[in-house]
Amino acid sequence: MSTLTHVGSDATAARLDLSGKSSGRALKDRLARVLVWSAFVVACIPLVWILASTVIKGGHMLLSADWWTLSQNGITSRRVGGGAAHAIQGTLMQALVTAAMSVPIGVLTAIYLVEYGRGRLAKVVSFMVDILTGVPSIVAALFIYALWVTTFGFQRVPFAVTLALTLLMIPTIVRSTEEMLKLVPNELREASYALGVPKWKTIVSIVLPTAFSGIVTGILLGLARVMGETAPLIILGPYTKSMASNLFDGLMGTLPTMINQDRDQALEPALDRVWGASLTLILIVFVLNLLGRFLGRFSKVS
Amino acid sequence: MSTSITGHSAVDELPGPDGREPLAGDAAGTGRLADRVFGGAATGAGLLVVALVALVGTFLIIQAVPALLNNNVNFLTSREWVPGGAEPRFGIVDLLWATVVSSVIAMLIAVPLGVAVALFITQYSPSWLARPAATVIDLLAAVPSIVYGFWGLNIAGQYVEPVAIFLQKTLGWLPFFESAGISAKSTLFFAGIILAIMILPIITAISREVFAQVPSTHKEGALALGATQWEMIRTAVLPFGKPGVISGAMLGLGRALGETLAVMILLSGLSDSAPWSWSIFNGGATFASKIALNAGEFDTPQKTGAYIAAGLVLFILTFIVNAIARVIIERRKAFIE
Repeated sequence: MSTLTHVGSDATAARLDLSGKSSGRALKDRLARVLVWSAFVVACIPLVWILASTVIKGGHMLLSADWWTLSQNGITSRRVGGGAAHAIQGTLMQALVTAAMSVPIGVLTAIYLVEYGRGRLAKVVSFMVDILTGVPSIVAALFIYALWVTTFGFQRVPFAVTLALTLLMIPTIVRSTEEMLKLVPNELREASYALGVPKWKTIVSIVLPTAFSGIVTGILLGLARVMGETAPLIILGPYTKSMASNLFDGLMGTLPTMINQDRDQALEPALDRVWGASLTLILIVFVLNLLGRFLGRFSKVS
Repeated sequence: MSTSITGHSAVDELPGPDGREPLAGDAAGTGRLADRVFGGAATGAGLLVVALVALVGTFLIIQAVPALLNNNVNFLTSREWVPGGAEPRFGIVDLLWATVVSSVIAMLIAVPLGVAVALFITQYSPSWLARPAATVIDLLAAVPSIVYGFWGLNIAGQYVEPVAIFLQKTLGWLPFFESAGISAKSTLFFAGIILAIMILPIITAISREVFAQVPSTHKEGALALGATQWEMIRTAVLPFGKPGVISGAMLGLGRALGETLAVMILLSGLSDSAPWSWSIFNGGATFASKIALNAGEFDTPQKTGAYIAAGLVLFILTFIVNAIARVIIERRKAFIE
């Protein structure tokens, strides 16, 4: 390596000219830079690749109006046609019910941890939230199965799925809400107390509104996570091809189970629908995810 | 490289600039009814979370014990899995092996890669790129598991075949790299690669967080002493971030252990009489994939109990791994604050 080539950039040249050892250090520095950059590029490949595959293979399915309005009722693997409306509706319904159950519990737990919890109990609650974060979805599903089906003797219905999903969504909401509440400046609370506002009202009308957009971000990210969960659906929510809207009786189709149903098929029409369902699911999850991040930027606290 | 200089400075142990405890004003609760109701509801929600975790453990144990008592072989040391019938025989050795091997492969790939990506985002990337880069990596976590599995089997799997053949040829004399005659996309090896992609975001996110917290005095000190950027990272950033990287890796491991669908779709099952193999090019089933695959067979309490017992082992495994991760994070937090 000649020093002449480095005359152009004086900083490197100065470093290189000191001694042989220094050029070795510069080389290592260069090497690390290249490695770190290439690690990032490598890490981007799977996302781009998955998106490209699903768009190429399933994109055309989403372009037809039928996809968004019809179910798979009466459609066999061999036949082209039908849509994913039943699965989209099922996924959205279950997500909504899950959110309705887990948001109050999650937000209240976060309020407890930040505003009330001190000492031992708070530590235990915080630790348990962490453990709940790590509970694999299949274990959550087994637990609900053990509770719902074997103990209570109920049928496997969509509502049982939402119970398992709630278990998975609570910790996400607690953690994100907790982070947001911690960011609310203490001066706001103290100003409110000084005006004689009781603690609960301070929390409800000062702290929560200040942290609102951050909390919504957390909810959307949590929703995005549970919508893609398939393990609870496999254990608790068998697939059906027709429209269903009763959470407490019968079966309900969802996008993940729609993928699972036909993923082994060799027939073109069925495979197309699997790719289409995959793309639809990814789109819904990504939109929620990016919407959540976007809203997070408008946070009053950061 | 000495870790005593960096990451252990006395500055870290001083309280914040204003020197007061966060969120003073606990005493503002006035004991009027609405306050007690609201505080009670919040505490109740906290207790509910504790109760939920306890219930998960209890219910799994209650339903697993009868099946375990009926078991004709040792649950912890048997390779058989025949949970039904009059004489059930089931053990977890094969499941544990497949679970651990696929997760270890995932860790071997994802930890170095995740740390490098976190370094890229916090230290190397131009400032306009840092945020989009972080989002792109986070979005990897948003892709549903089942899509990873389906994509891995149908698209990415074919490209792993040459890699597997190369490894088998060059390292085949080691029992871990023996060919087991299974298509490369259905092996523990490939499942591990897909798991690595899935746990990359969590490792990156946590590493990124701690790397961003490295005091700039440490970094500037290293640079002022003439360190190159890489030397600064090696002596200031990495030692400071080590606990975060370890706990991020543990959280990733917890996720890899319990990942269900992708593994279930990829791995090809083995017959009951398949001989034991140490090879990573073998098929098999992890705890999670075994349970999910047989979800349709939960017909007798005995069978269900056997699968719940497997789920219980998985719960305990992830519990331990996550608890370790948390302890490391907590210790570091106590240290910084």
